[in-house]
Amino acid sequence: MGEAVIFYVLSALILGFAVLVISTRNTVHSVLFLVMNFLLVAMLYVLVGAEFLAVIQVLVYAGGIVVLYLFVVMLVNLKRPPEVHQDPRRQARLGLAVAGAVLAELVAIIVYSSASPAAPAVAAAGQTVEGGNVEQIGWLLYTDYLIPFEVASILLLVAMVGAIVLAKREL
Amino acid sequence: MLEITPAHYMVLSSALFMIGVIGVMVRRNIIIIFMSIELMLNAVNLNLAAFSQQWQHVTGQVFAIFVIAVAAAEAAVGLGIILAFYRNKETVNIDEMNVMRW
Repeated sequence: MGEAVIFYVLSALILGFAVLVISTRNTVHSVLFLVMNFLLVAMLYVLVGAEFLAVIQVLVYAGGIVVLYLFVVMLVNLKRPPEVHQDPRRQARLGLAVAGAVLAELVAIIVYSSASPAAPAVAAAGQTVEGGNVEQIGWLLYTDYLIPFEVASILLLVAMVGAIVLAKREL
Repeated sequence: MLEITPAHYMVLSSALFMIGVIGVMVRRNIIIIFMSIELMLNAVNLNLAAFSQQWQHVTGQVFAIFVIAVAAAEAAVGLGIILAFYRNKETVNIDEMNVMRW
């Protein structure tokens, strides 16, 4: 029941943000909707028990690739002047609101964690978890899929060199 | 309805994939088209993860990691090409990207 509700809510949000990604006029907004989409897909990965994939999704997609996109959008969309808002204090107020929310979250975390210290983590530190998701994936990557793994690393190296060569004005 | 099966994930994944395809078809901004390709790769990864759960085996997740690696390489090279093209032509509209057509 709970899983079904989470699945349907996440699916609706994923599809909604995907539609927004391809339908927004402003490219920067499109990239930001893409970040939301990737984060929600990472939550869905957690739901299917693929924790390592969720972490990789957040690190590589939401952290790396999207920043690359944002850089290119900023470099390319130079023709339109940045829109000026009617209210010059708008950003300051928004920033204050976000800062307040973060402060409330931090206080909540501190209160919650001091109320119930991380006793289970200390207890679990002594013994290794048998057959966790990350361990299984690592085992498979370094045994059955060793050659594809190495080929993927060569591919990434070639892509890095190629991107540098393409983006450089003259060598 | 309340039991989440791999079929549910396949429906979601195909819907996400179709949104990506529509994005590639209708948009003219090449950066949006690249983002649509990322959406499609994400849909594939979702399917792989769902089947990995179905068969209780992590091979699907290993494949998804390879897909992510290839997507990262694709994004780096593709955005490098976009930058190089923009420096020459001052445009990101794919209708004007026809210098190699003939």
